[in-house]
Order: sequence, then C-alpha cells, then structure tokens
Amino acid sequence: MDCNHPSAKKPSATADVLSFVATGNASPVLHEVKHALIQLLKTGAESVIDLGAIPFAPGDDRVLNEILGIGEVHATLTVMGESHVRETAIPGVWCVDHLDENGEYQSRFIEVTYMPNILKTQREDAERGLETLAERLGALDDRR
Amino acid sequence: MNNPAFDLLMWARGPGFDIALVIFVGGIVLRLFEISILGRKRDLAPAKGNGFLQGLKTIFSRSVPREGLVKFAPVTYIGGYVFHIGFFVAFFFFAPHIALIDDAFGISWPAAGRVIIESVTALTVLALLALTYSRFTDPVRKSLTTFDDYLVLLLSALPLITGYVAVNKLFGDPTMMLAVHLLTVEALMIAFPFTKLMHAVSFVLSRYYNGSIQGRKGAES
Amino acid sequence: MANKPLLPEMMKTHGVSRRAFLKYCASLTSLMALSPAMVPRVAKALESAPRPSVIWLSFQECTGCTESITRSHSPTIEDLIFNSVSLDYHHTLQAASGHAAEAAREQAMKDNYGKYLLVVDGSIPIKDPGYSCIAGISNLDMLKETAAGAAAIVSVGTCAAYGGVGHANPNPTGAVAVSEIITDKPIINVPGCPPIPVVMTGVLAHFLTFGIPELDALGRPKAFFGESIHDRCYRRPFYDKGKFAESFDDEGARGGWCLYKLGCKGPTTHSACATVKWNNGVSFPIEAGHPCLGCTEPDFWDNGGFYKPLSVPSGDYRKMGLAAIVGGAAIGTASALLSKAGKAKAVKAHETVNAHDLEKSS
Repeated sequence: MDCNHPSAKKPSATADVLSFVATGNASPVLHEVKHALIQLLKTGAESVIDLGAIPFAPGDDRVLNEILGIGEVHATLTVMGESHVRETAIPGVWCVDHLDENGEYQSRFIEVTYMPNILKTQREDAERGLETLAERLGALDDRR
Repeated sequence: MNNPAFDLLMWARGPGFDIALVIFVGGIVLRLFEISILGRKRDLAPAKGNGFLQGLKTIFSRSVPREGLVKFAPVTYIGGYVFHIGFFVAFFFFAPHIALIDDAFGISWPAAGRVIIESVTALTVLALLALTYSRFTDPVRKSLTTFDDYLVLLLSALPLITGYVAVNKLFGDPTMMLAVHLLTVEALMIAFPFTKLMHAVSFVLSRYYNGSIQGRKGAES
Repeated sequence: MANKPLLPEMMKTHGVSRRAFLKYCASLTSLMALSPAMVPRVAKALESAPRPSVIWLSFQECTGCTESITRSHSPTIEDLIFNSVSLDYHHTLQAASGHAAEAAREQAMKDNYGKYLLVVDGSIPIKDPGYSCIAGISNLDMLKETAAGAAAIVSVGTCAAYGGVGHANPNPTGAVAVSEIITDKPIINVPGCPPIPVVMTGVLAHFLTFGIPELDALGRPKAFFGESIHDRCYRRPFYDKGKFAESFDDEGARGGWCLYKLGCKGPTTHSACATVKWNNGVSFPIEAGHPCLGCTEPDFWDNGGFYKPLSVPSGDYRKMGLAAIVGGAAIGTASALLSKAGKAKAVKAHETVNAHDLEKSS
C-alpha cells in the first residue's frame, strides 16, 4: 500500500514523516467493521475487534479515524484509569480505548454493537450499590 | 537450548562462506592464470588485420545474436537473455546483496523495490525452466547435454528459488530458508570454477582469442 | 492455598468494581493475544482460578529481567497479576535475606509441593557450580531441588531460556539454560534481554487462566513469539520499496527507513516488540532508530555482530579471499608451467616415423 493517502498533504521536510507511514492494515480492518455491522443488523450479533492484535502504524490510525469519524456519544469512564467509549460517525460502530492510571493505552477495541457492555451497570455492582444504599439509609434513619 | 536453523545460518555465514569463497576466488584465479600462461601458439603468418582490436570488439559483439538466429532458436536466445539479465538484476539490485558488496568492497548503489526483484526472480526461474525443457525436447541439444549442464542449471536455479521462498516465507522456518539460500549460493560458488559456470569470467578470454585469431586473418567480427 | 482469596474477592475488598474487572479482563485478553470473544472465558477463569504460589529464582543474571517486570510505572495490570499470585520467594524483591529467605522458600515448597510455579531468570553454570551460589547453595542444586516440586517452570529472559550472555562464546562458566538441566517438567520460555514486561505478565496470566500456552519449537508462547519483528515492523514498507538507512545519521535514518543495512536482525527474530512495544506501548528499539539485536533468539550474542547486516558473512572473509587469490595464482602458474614442461618434453620425445617404419614394426 502506498505511504501517502490521497487526502494526505505532502509532508514537509520537518513534518513528522512517521505519521504518513502505513502498513496497509486500516483497509482490511474497515472491511471487517463493515461485515460486522451487516451481521449486527441482520442477526443482532455483536463483534469486537482488538486493535492491539494488528500491526498499526500512525498512518493506519489516521485512515481509520478519517473514515469512521466522530459521532454523537463520548463517554469517559473512571475505572482503574480512564476509559473512553466513543460512538463513531457510523452509528453502531464504537471505539473503546482503555487507559491505565498514567493515561497510557492498555488496550483498544472497535466494538460493533448497539450499546457497549462496559457502559452498562454490571449486576454485581448494582447489588453492591443496593447494599451501600441500604447502609446509608440505615445511617440516615439512625440519626433521626 | 539451540536453534538448529540459527546455527545453520551462522555456519553458512561463517565457515561455510569462507570455504566457498576460498574455492570460488582461488579456483577462478587458478584457471585464469592457467589459461593466460598457456596462451596460444604463435601465428607466424603475416597479419592481415588487427587481431587486438578485433579481439576486443568480439568480446561485445558476440552478445548480439546474428540475424535470423532468434527466429531459429527463440527459446535459447530469449530465455538466455531473460535468465542472464534477470540473474544480474536479482543479484545486484536486491538490498541484502548490496549490503554484502558494500561490506566487502565499500561500494553501494540504490536497491530495487520488492515488486521488481520478485517479478524478475520469477521470470528468471521461468526462463531457466524453458531452457531446461528445450534441452529435453530438442534431440540435437539433448544429445549435446552432459551431466555438467544439468548440474549447472540446477545450481543456478536453487539460489533464486530458495531466495524467493525465504523472502516471501512461502514454507519452512524463515531462518532455516535463509540458511538454505546461503548454502545453495555457496554450492554455486564452489562449483563455479570447475564447471561451465566459469564462462561468466572466461567468456572474455575465449571471445578475445576467437576474435583476435580471426581478426589477424583479416576477418571482421 | 485455600486460605488465599481469589482475585475477584480481592478486587471487591479493594473497592474495585465489576466494571473495572471487565476492563481488566478485556485488556488482559488483548495482552494475551487472544480473541476478544475469549473475554468472558478469561473472566470466568480468573474468578475460579486459585492463586498459585510462585517461587522466583535468580541465577547468573543482571537483574534486568526483574527490573523490567517491576519497572512498569502503572500499578494496574502488572500489579493485579501479582495480586493474583502469591510471590513467596524472590531474593531481590523480598525483605528477608540469607537463611531466613531460604527458609521462606523451603516453607513455600513444602506447603505447595507439586503445585507451585517456578520462575527462573539467569543461566546456570555447570563447569564449576561454585561460580554462582545463593546462601551457599549452588545454582544447579537449588534449581534441581526447587524444580522437583514445581507444577511448571517459566524461564524468564534469554539467559534462563537459552543460556544468554553467560552462554555466549567462549562461555567461561559453562552456562546453560534451565531446559538443559530440567527435562521432566513443562517449561515455558519467555526470552528477551530483558523480556517485555507485559509479555511476562501475559504469560503468567495465561498460565493462571488456561494453563500452559501453546509453545513453538523453542519453547516460546506462540501468542507472543509467533511472528517475526520484520513481518510486523511498521518500517517494513520501506524494506519492500528498497529504501534503507545507510548510517545512523543520514536522510534514511531521519526519515525512518528500514534498518536492515545497519544490522537489523528483525527478519530472523521472533518477538512481540513491534506490536506490544515497550514502556506501556510508547516505542520499541526500531521505532527509536536502532536495529533489532535479535535478543529473543538463542545465541544472539554470537550472531556475527549487532551492526553487520544479516546477509554479510560473519567471519574475517576478506583475508581468506586475498589468500585465495595468492594461492590460486600460485597453483595456476605451477599447473600451467607443468603443462608447458610436459608439452616440451613430449615434443622432445617425439620421434618421426613414416609409413615404412610403421609397417616394419607391426
């Protein structure tokens, strides 16, 4: 695959040349996303693509972001460091980035789903929530 | 724990290459000295033309086929050209080979891209196959072919094939295939001075001798 | 082992939410190079896996491997992995020393006999066991004794996996890899000088969740060592186009071109550096502009020079070539002169005969 994406400006001598280096893996990933979206609409089957499992150069990221774009939802989770869950401009396609407590990438996924699971409240947490609420209510009642 | 593929590669890059190089260089020098010291019988007849200039001219003019011969033996000529040019390009314009020349002689030049090298290599192997086929099918050529010729064909084909396999990881462990590639090249180097492969060097002498003998007699090449 | 709480319980007591556990499982699955479809199975395995006791032995080594695994700045994944094991002996990290430390090792061995995981870094000298001892016990004896009760062994670093720098020519201590001594236990090799921290933890995580991972012919987990650096290198497009850095300070080097001609061993080196990278995914040697040394391969110290291209002979071949020229010239001259002499002799010995003479002699 060519190093220069058609929409890319010619890098100046001082520009970061590396951001124009691509392995050519963006295109197969995007086709996989398309296939997954078809499956989601047809059967409701959700899919997850692990971006850490594919060699990606800065140029590939650029292509991926250009094609998928930025959508309506952007949630920031604070769970052992931040996680960013963004819907892309292609509804149904989400970017899920897990960062650690120093803000470094832990893992990156593309999820093709109506709702990424990590956004939902987990049952165990809700159970613990009920316990906490009951405790706090008890404390409130005791004060009266 | 050892990696047999790696050990073989290190042998091929080390002692294996040294042995092959000594036989290759030593053998070529030996044969060139032999040929030039033995020389030719003096021609006592008065010269009718310039043997020296005709000899020099013949070195190059023999690379151009005579009129009609391409049509007469197309496989030999076209296949021969494709093979020789292809082998030259694959050897001298693939980056790892240039790195070797750079290390040995301190000179280097730009490398060709993967597409060029790989298509040229494939074409070269096809040309070799065509040449071998014509040796089998043409009764005259078949009767002229000796074991030496088949050996030389095989030895020239193997480095091209193993190199292609190693670079493209078609099969086998890539380290092992790289080692095998080096070993096939070393086999070619060892056989070089003692087989018809020697023509890659001696063609200069034989063409010069032929040209100068005829030139002295007044024939233009 | 029953008294050691399982990982999710530990997380709960530390106030870690289920959502955080799911994030952890997702990152861990990615780290183990497993398909995201495996996340639920990883979660399930972690929920039910007992915390194994781990004994870490350091032999002829530089502590680089331990530095690497502890030098990760983020106390998240690595930290959690270590929370899910019980590191009972590691003489560099533990507070106890000398006989107290050895007592801890013996206790852990006794309590978990046949079930503990043995991690080894460093090679073992066998020429004279006295070259490397801990508390008066030679490395060889300690390895044999500790390996006997281990469920499995993880050889961390190229020294433990393949002998490493100790084993390099001329190998004065007779250093060997763990696998040369222990042959009756499953051994997972995690080579590298040092190995990538997340690869070490990924392998430990795999052992905790699904047992011993699939290994290649050199005992390395295929998930991390299945691909060559060259095949996964972001600079590969330059190799394919024939664009190479010729020195460390030329246009090619500045432009991030392929480092093959500067001695990169990427084509013969299997590791996850190009994908997992180092320092939490910041970079890896080639990205920093340095050719790959091939540190995950056996005998990489003796590969003919770190800065010599793979295609260049490793020996002192120029001298051999010159000697061959001189030798070839001498033999060629001698042979030619001999032929000439033979010819002259033949001419001299030549007798002229005519048909008459021939008729007479027959």
